[in-house]
Amino acid sequence: MGLLKFLTGSREPRLMRLPSGSFTVDANCKIMTSTLPQNFPEGRMREIGQQVLASFRAAKQAQMPLTELIIHFAALKLLARELRGGAMIFLMPQSLNQPTKLSERV
Amino acid sequence: MVAQPKILLLDDDQDFLDLYKEMLTQHLSCLPEVRTASSGSRALSLLESEPFTLMVVDLNMPKMDGLQVLSIARRKYPTLKLVVLTGIRDEQFRTRAYAMGIDQYWIKPESDQEMGLFMESIESLLNREAQGGFRGVQSKSLVDIIQLECLSQSSSVLKITNGVVEGKIWIQNGEVIDAEAAGITAEPAFQRILSWKTGSFEIMPADSLRPRAIFTSYQGLLLNTAQAIDEAASQPEPVETPGATPVNEQLTTQSLLVEVSQMTGIDFALILGKEKKAEDFWGLDNPKPVTTWLRQTIDSFKELGERLQVGEMQQITATGLHKKISIATAGKSSLCIGFPSATSTDQMRETMRTIVTKWVS
Repeated sequence: MGLLKFLTGSREPRLMRLPSGSFTVDANCKIMTSTLPQNFPEGRMREIGQQVLASFRAAKQAQMPLTELIIHFAALKLLARELRGGAMIFLMPQSLNQPTKLSERV
Repeated sequence: MVAQPKILLLDDDQDFLDLYKEMLTQHLSCLPEVRTASSGSRALSLLESEPFTLMVVDLNMPKMDGLQVLSIARRKYPTLKLVVLTGIRDEQFRTRAYAMGIDQYWIKPESDQEMGLFMESIESLLNREAQGGFRGVQSKSLVDIIQLECLSQSSSVLKITNGVVEGKIWIQNGEVIDAEAAGITAEPAFQRILSWKTGSFEIMPADSLRPRAIFTSYQGLLLNTAQAIDEAASQPEPVETPGATPVNEQLTTQSLLVEVSQMTGIDFALILGKEKKAEDFWGLDNPKPVTTWLRQTIDSFKELGERLQVGEMQQITATGLHKKISIATAGKSSLCIGFPSATSTDQMRETMRTIVTKWVS
């Protein structure tokens, strides 16, 4: 697969789409499973995982352990569920065709 | 009207740059000065060295893609008008580009007619005065729109949105009969709505059952409002001490917390001000741990949003074993509301909507 990709892969510049899917990380932010496309960089997944785990840990230190965290960006909804020290993270790109007003979120 | 607008064209295709430079220079009546850049870094250095009115950006470029350029340009040059011109027909990129605050998203024209429309839209953008205005009717203020409705003896409801705040003005047979915004009604609400400088509006069908709450003529209303706005503008600016919360902001925050404390189904409220030290809270014995978590979470996810190019972070919802937390951000301020864990999503949504409306307005 890797060789095929090397031989047929386009050299054209390519913008990276935000994938829709989920992945799980353990307490050390190691990627355990993923339903995201292979071309979505693992580094990006780890970056997201680290922020999520840091937020879960900080909440625990503040004596308010969290089980779920939903972050609404203008073009992405990120949902994270605590998973015994790790986390399961869902990426849901948002579309202009399905506008979600701030007041309708929570 | 801009004297001689300057346009910056960014694309990695030199032929495209040459063609569009010629088209824009020759076909726009405002005779813009057009500069070109074939890479994101070159475009950014040009923006650094001279002011531009508008930048046209391609998305698909090597090294630094268009979204990265847009993200930096929007942050560093908030008044620069941004137009995406790309061959990518992808809903997600359109959404992300608009999330970054672009003005228009165009697919590269494939016919003379499309090219004509593109040129017209660029011309219109360049001519738009930089003093705000409401989306939907370019270069028209809300006062113009109300006058238009009243002069034509219309009956309608104007729904005006300013960020997360929403207001409504009821017009019946050319007279303003009521207004509503941020929990207030009648004339004060009308004045509040007219103080908004930007936003969007839609004209909705008339509501004949709405009881009349404003009895002043629309001319009188507009005069009173203009006077109130002028008086507010002529008030001297309070002297700010670095690191301290401005007196007005402190009063507003405190009155909001008093209101929140009287609402049912809320455990705590915490407001982080623009300054790092400024914070106010209700219902927390020790706000420090929550504040620390809040600041860390908001800062880190804001950074993540920038890196992922997904636009501004708007809201966070957290569910814990004992509490549910909702966080809204507006500019550099953040509002954190704690709910009991049994609160339903609908209840949270409704309560948060009420509080955020009061807070932002």
